[in-house]
Amino acid sequence: MSLSILAVDDSRTMRDMIRFALEPAGFTVTTADDGVHGVEVLDGMAPDAIITDINMPRMDGFGFIDAVRGQDRHRATPILVLTTEAAPELKARARSAGATGWIVKPFDPIKLVKALHMVAG
Amino acid sequence: MTTPDPMAEIRASFFIECEELLEALQDGLEQLADDASDIETINVVFRAVHSIKGGAGAFGLEALVRFAHRYETVMDAVRSGQIAPDDAMIKLFFRCADHLSDLVRGSRDETELPTAVGEALLGELDSYLGGTPAEETEEDIDFQPMGLSLDLPGINSAPTANTLQVTFSPQTELYATGNEPFKLLGNLAALGACTITLDASALPSLEALEPENCYLSWTAELESAADAAEVASIFEFVDGLCALDISGGAAPGFPDLPPLDDIPLGAELDDVEAEAPVAKAEAPSAAPAQPPTPAGAMADPSGTGKAAPSAAKSVVRVDLDRIERLVNLVGELVINQAMLSQSLEQAGLSPHSDAMNGLEEFQRLTRDIQDSVMMIRAQPVKSLFQRMSRIVREASAAVGKDVVLSPEGETTEVDKTVIERLADPLTHMIRNAVDHGLEDTETRRAAGKSAKGTVRLTAAHRSGRVVIEVSDDGGGINRPKVQQIAIDKGLIPADAPLSDTEIDNLLFLPGFSTASEVSDLSGRGVGMDVVRTAIQALGGRITIASEPGIGTTFSISLPLTLAVLDGMVVKVAGETLVLPLNLVVETLTIDETNIDHVRPGLNVVRVRGSFVPLSDLGVVLGYRPHLEDYIDRVVLLIALEDGNRAALVVDEIDDQRQVVIKGLDESFYRAPGIAAATILGDGQIALILDPSDIISQAQSHEHSAITARKEIAV
Repeated sequence: MSLSILAVDDSRTMRDMIRFALEPAGFTVTTADDGVHGVEVLDGMAPDAIITDINMPRMDGFGFIDAVRGQDRHRATPILVLTTEAAPELKARARSAGATGWIVKPFDPIKLVKALHMVAG
Repeated sequence: MTTPDPMAEIRASFFIECEELLEALQDGLEQLADDASDIETINVVFRAVHSIKGGAGAFGLEALVRFAHRYETVMDAVRSGQIAPDDAMIKLFFRCADHLSDLVRGSRDETELPTAVGEALLGELDSYLGGTPAEETEEDIDFQPMGLSLDLPGINSAPTANTLQVTFSPQTELYATGNEPFKLLGNLAALGACTITLDASALPSLEALEPENCYLSWTAELESAADAAEVASIFEFVDGLCALDISGGAAPGFPDLPPLDDIPLGAELDDVEAEAPVAKAEAPSAAPAQPPTPAGAMADPSGTGKAAPSAAKSVVRVDLDRIERLVNLVGELVINQAMLSQSLEQAGLSPHSDAMNGLEEFQRLTRDIQDSVMMIRAQPVKSLFQRMSRIVREASAAVGKDVVLSPEGETTEVDKTVIERLADPLTHMIRNAVDHGLEDTETRRAAGKSAKGTVRLTAAHRSGRVVIEVSDDGGGINRPKVQQIAIDKGLIPADAPLSDTEIDNLLFLPGFSTASEVSDLSGRGVGMDVVRTAIQALGGRITIASEPGIGTTFSISLPLTLAVLDGMVVKVAGETLVLPLNLVVETLTIDETNIDHVRPGLNVVRVRGSFVPLSDLGVVLGYRPHLEDYIDRVVLLIALEDGNRAALVVDEIDDQRQVVIKGLDESFYRAPGIAAATILGDGQIALILDPSDIISQAQSHEHSAITARKEIAV
């Protein structure tokens, strides 16, 4: 079964990397360029899981998670945060914003796939 | 050709993105220099550095990551208001941005990275952070590849134990983060033979039940090769959101377990699933991510409407090779179209026939296609100008002058190749402007000018060409000094009467350098003559305008594209040649009244009262000896860069048409005066001439009695 993933990151390189890591593993990847774009794209799809960056223009990752969790149908959609910081307070903040889990950049494709399978089945 | 490696492609695209990010960084810093308090700008510059760091980490570019991280740390402190930025800090940020771009390029080209500079900058950056060494140690850990495994306190790691007992009691908050006990337990069960039992004893009666609270907990009996740490890693994301106990070594059939729950694995999982709906029904937040809302946003047309604005500015990135191929094909099309029209004409078709009318339309379309293709290659000069602002910063720091670069027309689009090849000459001109053009601070003050010198860099489209100007508000060219230097170096006779323009143009003579002592900055050996040669190689011209006390302006005028040329097709001694049409200012025919014989081999032609030296193209190119008589010959009046004119004798003018420039590659001897070649409509190959080179050839052949005036005219 192919899982549908929405990846939100302002860096084209990261979006390419995520696509490169996930598509061979059988995921269907949709990307968005920032939080605002992510919310727009989300409107037209029902992803099995969402991956989001934190530092983004227009709407950052925390704002994006907030906006997603604010929608009834996405209260339980797994959201993984991609972060360059391993700092515990960042994880705590991501969690309090409603993130399901986190992946530290630079990520290992195998671990990303594993983490997605863990949260999204 | 090997198949493209996707990683290599992403890497290449990363470096392209880096260039964009560096540009955004540069822009942001410039805005910060004006208004350091704008929080959104600080965010933008922070993000630019942050994204570079993120990508660099993915490719293991450690030096880049390390520098970007410390740079970003200081920016983050500014962003969070811990440090108030001052002028010195913004200047440091600029220098760091410069270094960052060096690192990016060094990493891309895999050249040696300038670590010493980096260390010095890092030292300066760190001085802003003051005493926060604790953060520093943490940073280093940040970029170790981090596993998902987590050592939870209270884990009995017993590697030899094959049986683990896991008790898992989720808290209500666990659901709020989108975690799902069903999946967590499923992951656990995937590790080996697993028996999971539900403890629903905490479940209150229906009236006391809070629908979104969690009352359930599970105990799992796992027989697996996995150790406690691996089990704990499954629960990493919910660490702190549940009570988790993992203990190893317990025997199967633990006495505390209610025997009722001791069911084989297959049925057990069903059991979990059977239990889950209870949790779902009572705790909607735990429901799988299916859209239960009737809003039906999936089919909502407004959804796509909303996505449209961000899609509107989308761009396609295309390999330059493909564009080159398209440009070449269009070039072939132009040639082919010319051949077709020639053969139709030869067939004697009436100009009003359908074929000829269709051909006209075809020509128009071809020209449109050509213009459109050229537009693909066009890029704004902004990236080039940003590089120049760095040159100004470095150059002004080196000579201790306070200089600001004021760019204009950054959005002007120019052929990509032209932009690349302009970098070196422009760098040299900017350095010259800072080093020689602008006076030192005391002199400026004494002259009543602002202490801060300005170098203006402008780009604009003007009548089908691109004009780029570098001007300074310095003291202007010191003409007596320039003339004296030229005389001292033997470039001109001591008594040569020169106009201001001619003196200014002495700067372009090979071997001329105005600084009495050559400074480090403008460099040795590379003079304005090299700049001029580079500009001419691009089909451009360079001119000087200078006013004492006000400043000096260098103007570069370039063709919009390198691929097509409006040419004049001429015949000389039976050969067909092409001259750039824009350099031909006038054509005339020689008769007895307008030619004067100065001496053997030198004729001048009189054009409205002034004399222009006459060169026979056939002689200069070695096609024929001097003619006895030039009466009734056709003369092309050629505009030279310095505003002077020269006259070229040809046999006849054939046509004015667009020709596709075909470069002469290395395997051809570089004949002076020959710029390139083209294929004409009849399939014949014709050489494209560089008139100013031709004329300088012609005049240097006439070694006897060269007047200073003519030398300058070169």
